[in-house]
Amino acid sequence: MTTETLTLPWRSTTTDGSTAVRKLLVFGCFLVTALTLIPVVMMVLVAFQSDAESMAARPSFWPSSWHPENLQRAFELVPLGRYLLNTVIFAAGTTLLETITAALAAYAFARLTFPGRSWLFGIYLATLMIPSQVTLIPQFVLVAKLQGIDTWPGMILPHAFTAIGVFLLRQFFLGIPKDYEEAARLDGANRWQAFLRVIVPLAIPAIATLAVFKFIGQWNNLLWPLVISNSDATRTAAVGLQVFQDTNGTQWNLLLMAATITTVPLIVLFFLTQRWFVRGITMSGLGGR
Amino acid sequence: MAVETLTAPPATGRSASAHGSRKPRSREALTAWLFILPSLIGFLVFTAGPVLAAGVISLLDWNLFSPPTWAGLRNFARLGPDPTFWSALGNTAYFTFLSVPLTLLVSLVLALLLNQGLRRVAVFRSLLLLPYATITVAVAFVWIWLYIPHDGLVNAVLGLIGIDGPAWLISDFWAMPALIAMSVWKSFGFGMVVFLAGLQAIPQQLYEAARVDGSSAWQRFRNVTLPMLSPAMFFVVVTSIIGSFQVFDQALIMTNGGPGSRTTTLVMYIYRTGFENYDQGYAAAQSLVLFGFIVVITAAQFLLQRRLVHYDN
Repeated sequence: MTTETLTLPWRSTTTDGSTAVRKLLVFGCFLVTALTLIPVVMMVLVAFQSDAESMAARPSFWPSSWHPENLQRAFELVPLGRYLLNTVIFAAGTTLLETITAALAAYAFARLTFPGRSWLFGIYLATLMIPSQVTLIPQFVLVAKLQGIDTWPGMILPHAFTAIGVFLLRQFFLGIPKDYEEAARLDGANRWQAFLRVIVPLAIPAIATLAVFKFIGQWNNLLWPLVISNSDATRTAAVGLQVFQDTNGTQWNLLLMAATITTVPLIVLFFLTQRWFVRGITMSGLGGR
Repeated sequence: MAVETLTAPPATGRSASAHGSRKPRSREALTAWLFILPSLIGFLVFTAGPVLAAGVISLLDWNLFSPPTWAGLRNFARLGPDPTFWSALGNTAYFTFLSVPLTLLVSLVLALLLNQGLRRVAVFRSLLLLPYATITVAVAFVWIWLYIPHDGLVNAVLGLIGIDGPAWLISDFWAMPALIAMSVWKSFGFGMVVFLAGLQAIPQQLYEAARVDGSSAWQRFRNVTLPMLSPAMFFVVVTSIIGSFQVFDQALIMTNGGPGSRTTTLVMYIYRTGFENYDQGYAAAQSLVLFGFIVVITAAQFLLQRRLVHYDN
């Protein structure tokens, strides 16, 4: 299977590529993209409007005057910097733990034989369908019993081990030819060395895909931080935006400035890693191969 | 194929080691357990354990603060006469049955559009993925702003063509469609990428063969594109349905379940029951019922896939 399909020259699937049709298609793409971007553009534009303009009965599209100081005001009104730092700690912590433990387990499931492998993997798979709301309450109770409310271990650990990561990486590892690893084993490498020097380097795109998915998911996570963090020490930006609304009514310019600030790092990360992301989806075999 | 291997037994590497002596095999087993252990401990403590615990908690009367008392199946019996639960279930179903086909349609149309060999397609693709890369809570606030009654941007545009738009988020009828529109906007990017990957993998010879046979563009779409794309479509449908059954963030921010309980979803009701009314046993019972629905619907899809999804091996 080609892993670079999306960066290959784009092949037409129709013969009727007359210029008129082509122009219509480009116009269609352009129109849909413009419509799609309206909410994102509005978020940024309103963020720079004056207080009066953003709260006027008749909202305006383009700011009549620009207020870059809103950026600073958003940080002053709520501890937004703290919230962002907390979000990074939460998202990076869960991502790092999940990626490492999932890669190790996936290797064993893909390459090593041991009694009970099939049924243990079956149990992992079975939990994929369980909605996180089922585990929400018991996890909360468990963390509360361990005095973990409002602490980093309490925030991070319950979301750092999931079956989906093991499943995803196992799929990739199975696709790596066994010969590579056996060559290393013949040269005297043990399993650990074979894993670190052969499997991991070959699976970097897959591991990166998992990490990006996980990081974005946790940056977005509202429900878990909402129940487990109850002070600014661990409150994430997703939860913090709500506090913002509660304490300031609808001061739209500052609220949307805070929303912009919270979203921008994710968008930047997304675009920096998009190639892996797209390739990861292709590699997982959904392409129909 | 990810979806297929989900049901297939795990491929075993047994042949390689089956002929080895007993000792290396038990050493391999020990190595395997060492590799799995970190993941397994976390999995048992934070996933498998809590799932079992949810079953026990659903049988208790418990407000988190005083000691629990045994309730038996009473929490499940409470679901029957609880109108809020049934309306939450109905709302969730309504949300799913509109948002999933819409998301699917928008993703597919855009993927087909982007797959026409246009120049600068990477730019369009990146920009169209933007909503997917934003954070739900943040863009939910933007959508509230767009939906402001009378003069919000949505109604201002409708006003230009002479339509007097409703007060979207506080309207009994329009609050849910407004949430659905926002959700489709937020999530079509994922399906679009999956479909693009799928379209790219369709062998061109199939189209050429179809052309030689003199088939029309529609026939090629119907007989080549759709069947070849069906595994990707199946994946997107399954994940979208599971996701939409768990919708929470945008509903909490944009309508807070209102007006009345018109947009209260199952997950929001579970959250309210557990963390606002401190009725943990009842919340656990609700979450297990939600799980039951997801299992039934997913199983039904896997049964349907045997007839509808085309795999090429």
